[in-house]
Amino acid sequence: MGVEGIGARVTRKEDKRFLTGKGRYTDDMTVPGMKYAYFVRSPYAHAKIRNIDATAAKAMPGVIDVLDGKQLQADGIGNLICGWMIHSKDGTPMKMGAWHPLAVDTVRYVGDAIAIVVADSSGEARDAAEAVVVDYEQLPAVVEAVAALASGAPQIHPEAPGNLIFDWQIGEPDAVDKAIATAAHVTEIEILNNRLSPNPMEPRATLGIYDTAEDHYTCYTTSQNPHVARLVMSAFYNVAPENKLRVIAPDVGGGFGSKIYIYPEEIICLWASKKTGVPVKWTSDRTEAFLTDAHGRDHVSKVKMAFDANNRITALKVDTIANLGAYMSLFSSAVPTYLYATLLSGQYDIPAIHANVRTVYTNTVPVDAYRGAGRPEATYLLERTMETAARELGVSPAELRRANFIRTFPHQTPVIMNYDAGDYEASLNAAMQAADWAGFAARRSQSEAKGKKRGIGMSCYIEACGIAPSAAVGSLGAGVGLWESAEVRVNAVGTIEVLTGSHSHGQGHETTFAQLVAGRLGVPIESINIVHGDTDKVQMGMGTYGSRSGAVGMSAVVKALDKVEAKAKKIAAHLMEASEEDIVIENGELKVAGTDKSVPWFQVALASYTAHNLPSGMEPGLKETAFYDPSNFTFPAGCYIAEVEIDPDTGETDIVQFVAADDFGNIINPMIVEGQVHGGIAQGIGQALLESVQYDENGQLLTASYMDYAMPRADDLPSFKLSHQNTPCPGNPLGIKGCGEAGAIGSPPALINAITDAIGHNKLTMPATPMKVWQALHPAH
Amino acid sequence: MYATSYHRASSVEEAVKLKSANEEGKYLSGGMTLIATMKQRLAAPSDLIDLRHISTLRGISIDGRKVTIGAATPHADVAASRELAAICPAICKLAGHIGDPHVRHMGTIGGSIANNDPAADYPAGLLGLGATIVTDRRSIPADDFFIGLFETALEEGEMVTSVTFNAPEKAGYAKFNNPASRFAMTGVFVAKTAGGVRVAVTGAGSSGVFRHPGFEQALGSNWSADALSNVAVDASNLMADMHANAEYRANLVKVMAKRAVASAG
Repeated sequence: MGVEGIGARVTRKEDKRFLTGKGRYTDDMTVPGMKYAYFVRSPYAHAKIRNIDATAAKAMPGVIDVLDGKQLQADGIGNLICGWMIHSKDGTPMKMGAWHPLAVDTVRYVGDAIAIVVADSSGEARDAAEAVVVDYEQLPAVVEAVAALASGAPQIHPEAPGNLIFDWQIGEPDAVDKAIATAAHVTEIEILNNRLSPNPMEPRATLGIYDTAEDHYTCYTTSQNPHVARLVMSAFYNVAPENKLRVIAPDVGGGFGSKIYIYPEEIICLWASKKTGVPVKWTSDRTEAFLTDAHGRDHVSKVKMAFDANNRITALKVDTIANLGAYMSLFSSAVPTYLYATLLSGQYDIPAIHANVRTVYTNTVPVDAYRGAGRPEATYLLERTMETAARELGVSPAELRRANFIRTFPHQTPVIMNYDAGDYEASLNAAMQAADWAGFAARRSQSEAKGKKRGIGMSCYIEACGIAPSAAVGSLGAGVGLWESAEVRVNAVGTIEVLTGSHSHGQGHETTFAQLVAGRLGVPIESINIVHGDTDKVQMGMGTYGSRSGAVGMSAVVKALDKVEAKAKKIAAHLMEASEEDIVIENGELKVAGTDKSVPWFQVALASYTAHNLPSGMEPGLKETAFYDPSNFTFPAGCYIAEVEIDPDTGETDIVQFVAADDFGNIINPMIVEGQVHGGIAQGIGQALLESVQYDENGQLLTASYMDYAMPRADDLPSFKLSHQNTPCPGNPLGIKGCGEAGAIGSPPALINAITDAIGHNKLTMPATPMKVWQALHPAH
Repeated sequence: MYATSYHRASSVEEAVKLKSANEEGKYLSGGMTLIATMKQRLAAPSDLIDLRHISTLRGISIDGRKVTIGAATPHADVAASRELAAICPAICKLAGHIGDPHVRHMGTIGGSIANNDPAADYPAGLLGLGATIVTDRRSIPADDFFIGLFETALEEGEMVTSVTFNAPEKAGYAKFNNPASRFAMTGVFVAKTAGGVRVAVTGAGSSGVFRHPGFEQALGSNWSADALSNVAVDASNLMADMHANAEYRANLVKVMAKRAVASAG
């Protein structure tokens, strides 16, 4: 491949502006007459609102208005919705409680928005917000999912008796129970998946602009999917019809899932702009982000895995309770169901699987997709169980996995997924070799001689990416299709704009998408611009999450390029009086194969726009649009190995090596892929060792700043040893599987398997903080 | 942050005058805690009187083994002082591990001890060294200066101007970081001084920095990490929070004390 095409380590085109402080984020946007919003938020986890008195606040300096939920409701603005319908196993639809953008009569978590204050400055808005007098009647709160299901627990939504949203299942319960009853060995384990705060570097922000003359709204927002935001705000929240609402997600500083969803603030700022007649900007501060950005994970599961006498898995039974927080966020119902339980077969040939999932309301921040979204939960559960089973069965963890690997493809699992390609043993072997697995015993002895405890652990993960075939997800309850769009717009001078419905918020699309086009046409990468994030510029698209931009978004670009190329070849053939079939595109030229006749790319582009000499009947111009709907998910997989050394005096874990062997199919830019894996592993290490959202029993968030919420820092991380195996994805034209989430999915179980190996028993939950590890080593404490 | 008036004092006299003229004012000496607290609207001083630019409050002077550190000396200067490292490397090491580079270039020794955060490093260092805290009014032995959580012997309007101590024969500091804040979850400073062995513990006590007489006695008769092995640490007066319970902190007190002794120079 060329130096700028697929497979090249092209440095990121977008980095110049990011590294020189020239990025343009939502909070950088300023328009004439703009004012600032501050939200009055509930200090209680659960309370009735008896009265809101904004009289004093409205009289304060600089205050333009204070608006509340009753006014919002009176103006017909709708409730927030969950866009994926799940039915309980008894056939009843999920029980969704009302989520008013501004609470009307009840608040259900600390941070629930009650009123918006608009003022000349953010300081004045905040001053006035403190002067809004809200009369609350406090109600008992519940924060743990298991406790919320217990009889007598506080009732959070009238629509969901007992706080149960749905009781869903997948798989074959009878077959599983039968296999367990006749098994040679059954491994049982309880798995806790800790609750996390996503913490993108840029906090959420939004700027709502209402244009009275045009009756038109513009919304700048920190979104991973501006078109979906416009669709939802138009179709469900009655903010404005789509043609009267422009959503722009400019530079966005990280999302990790938390910026997929439409939050109350976007809706309210747009509405408030119309109410007040001024553009309204709101920017979250970090504590507000902890209090209101959708959290991730928070599962409690019971697992049984059955084996025959040859250590082959015969069945897996999973019972999960998932905490969805106070309201159902946009995709919250899909995460612990179709993004989770469908991956419970892992890399293994398991004949029978049954998973039961109950989702529960609690008085906490809504929980939704966070980097990996369901798949980390499945992988952690499965790989902790495999490791435990290997220890119980007295076989090496690698051999137990090898004995159960799926080896022929396509492979239909018992839980919907149809794996198209993979070579799990290749990644396992590569990882074990890179980690010098065979030399571990000697290294452990050396650690013991120093008074340290050493452990090694592995994790063989699989994930479903390239989200997702529209008809398939539609049949499972999704409210949207998950195709992607692209427009390739060749300018008259041959430079190219690619308009993609994907959205880049750290992934490097402006580089990788340009690499695809540069490699295909042989034109310089500088001549290609990627346009994204603006509903007025870009055709309808579905945005970026679920490692879909490469597999789905770039496939749409390929389809559009196919059309552009076909037309360009027709023009070139006409110009050179050659046959269309003989035209090849090489190094920025269209050539007649086997001759020295050629015409430069720019000349074909120019010819298409001058239209002086086009084939008879051809329309002028060189611009094509394509929509690509994948035929299947993609299935990145790999093997991660962590090796740790623990200081038994303090319980501190030192990650002495971390190996990742990933099969992402074909790779566009290895440097960017490595960056994605590094970041993912860092977040996985964060989950495994450091991060944990903690509420007290009254629902007050204890970890509301970095003083108490431990984020991974550079010196918490080792240097990662990465390698790539490649079984190209047969389902899309580029053979891409996706790489954005793998690091966060594969790493937590490898680490906890390593730590439990070091401490010699399994009684340990994430995050494995020094205190918890020390307690595990000194059970008397 | 609520509105406040900022004053940059150029002398101690000016600062004291400004403070007495503004009853709701506060001295600012780095602001590593105060500014963050104000941003959260948990503090609202009417006036901030910045002491960092008073030249007489900055710098380290060494006279034989007597060390004087000006109250407005930033941690980075203490960490980088070769003269100080030559006679008391432990205090340089302590200063070099406070917060991050930003904090070490803004935060000052006077600001730190006047704030007396129960997880701050300097209180352990100064209590362990048996330092004297000099103010615009008097000299206060460290044993009398650190009273409780965020509480010191300073009276209203009283300002720390310097700290002095005699370089010990040996001293060491070991701390275990809170994984989130990187404050000391437990930090122990040990010093073999002319007046005997002193051991000061920060980050662990439920009423702030404290001395550990049991450790001092054991080390007084045998200056070695092993001497601490059989000395009990009472967990009952130790802090418990979501990061560490009292028992774990008691363990850390002993482990860090041993490491401080082992690393003492």
